[in-house]
Amino acid sequence: MRKIIITVVGKDTVGIIAKVCTYLANNEINILDISQTIVSGFFNMMMIVDIAGSKKPFEDVQHELDQIGDEIGVQIRCQREEIFEGMHRI
Amino acid sequence: MISISEVIETNEMIDKENLDVRTITLGISLLDCISSDIGELNENIRNKILTVAKDLVSVGREIEKEYGIPIVNKRISVTPAALLGAACKSTDDFVSIAKTLDSAAREVGVNIIGGFTALSAKGMTRTDELLIRSIPEALSVTDRVCSSVVVGSTKTGIDMDAVRLMGSIIKETAGKTADRDSAGCSKLVVLCNAPDDNPFMAGAFHGVTEADAVINVGVSGPGVVKTALEKVRGKDFEILCKTIKDTAFKVTRVGQLVAGEASKRLNVPFGIVDLSLAPTPAVGDSVADILQEIGVEYAGAPGTTAALALLNDQVKKGGVMAANYVGGLSGAFIPVSEDQGMVTAVEKGALSLEKLEAMTCVCSVGLDMIAIPGDTPETTISGIIADEMALGMVNQKTTAVRIIPVIGKGVGDTVEFGGLFGHAPIMSVNPFGCADFVNRTGRIPAPIHSFKN
Repeated sequence: MRKIIITVVGKDTVGIIAKVCTYLANNEINILDISQTIVSGFFNMMMIVDIAGSKKPFEDVQHELDQIGDEIGVQIRCQREEIFEGMHRI
Repeated sequence: MISISEVIETNEMIDKENLDVRTITLGISLLDCISSDIGELNENIRNKILTVAKDLVSVGREIEKEYGIPIVNKRISVTPAALLGAACKSTDDFVSIAKTLDSAAREVGVNIIGGFTALSAKGMTRTDELLIRSIPEALSVTDRVCSSVVVGSTKTGIDMDAVRLMGSIIKETAGKTADRDSAGCSKLVVLCNAPDDNPFMAGAFHGVTEADAVINVGVSGPGVVKTALEKVRGKDFEILCKTIKDTAFKVTRVGQLVAGEASKRLNVPFGIVDLSLAPTPAVGDSVADILQEIGVEYAGAPGTTAALALLNDQVKKGGVMAANYVGGLSGAFIPVSEDQGMVTAVEKGALSLEKLEAMTCVCSVGLDMIAIPGDTPETTISGIIADEMALGMVNQKTTAVRIIPVIGKGVGDTVEFGGLFGHAPIMSVNPFGCADFVNRTGRIPAPIHSFKN
């Protein structure tokens, strides 16, 4: 398993989750958890995904999700899970 | 499983509170480069740096991208150059080593290389003195080289001959770089009790106690601490201290993660994490702002030393559990030009050189990035250095002086160093002399370690 945290931040619009999920499905990236919340009026979504089964390099996934974010006017970021585990878990 | 609030907290630290890893510093031993021929020595140095550090910058960028954490600097520290100088017959030979370090740093893409250094805590060898006398020229003809001179330690006392010499070397360096607001002095530091594993410039060098190559990481995060403290405004000291400690833990864990990854990918052993609060001139990235948040009107007001003491201690207490190995300078840095809050405090008249000296007793390093009038006498600069070295010697801590006599400028003027070095108002210096003290030759003996009072 190779866990990646995907975060989506921006103005809420129709189809954000659909677009991101379609991309992940097409690239054989398995979603382990999804949650969302509103912070300071902005839509915040977090996905924990496993990219171990994807043939696409992580760098390409980062880049392509970034482009999808640009198309729908939100910021999409992919980070390896260890930075969050390191900071918040002993 | 990680929660959305934890992810948002981390990313807000990065996006809004300037959380970053301040530096990955690759320490490289150059002892195996020593040769009796200066040309061969320079060639060996170049080859070793280009071989060991070839992937440093690209690996740093990979880690930044994968984890989404900025790594501000990728740097190199090397063996103190004075130890390599068997082949050096003149100051020009040492300048040629500085040029080699500069061009090797440029070729591997690092912005600063440290280690143009002499270790003269008890006395100067012939090569130590040659290196020291080459510093003004070396720093005026290179961009990326940082120089340091160790002039004292708790165990050896203070070499006052080196202190006296450094007063004139600093003035000469200022003169040689007068066209750039004497910026050469921003790359020159005088140290007492210098650590061998410091990742921070200008005082970084790869000590002789170290392995062939090592990765040391310096963390940062004044903005993160400041934001956390805003949420506990008015609360008691217990909550204040716990908040700093918790925040330092989180910040340091990121440094540890990055250090481990860099070590693995570069196949270079991990050395230490430096538990530091390192400000930058960016708004919101200031140690002085934390002191204000703790409760003093401006840095330098009564209470500042106590506030800084508790801040420094809590940063270490939180950080030490988060890192596998701790070292370097570890503590809050209080440079003036590199911290917008400190600059403001000086402009408001709240912060003097003397108060800064007192503050250096309880935190990391010393008088740092302080611009003083260009006509300050050499002996006065040596006196300032001697005072700061004495604090380090007696209190068994690292202290340092990085002071810039700005040629052609006086109190009321400001100076712009640019980038991470920032800008600073010229601070006034006590006008009374100390020439008769500084001009005594020899050294100050090491202090007694019993009968403490």
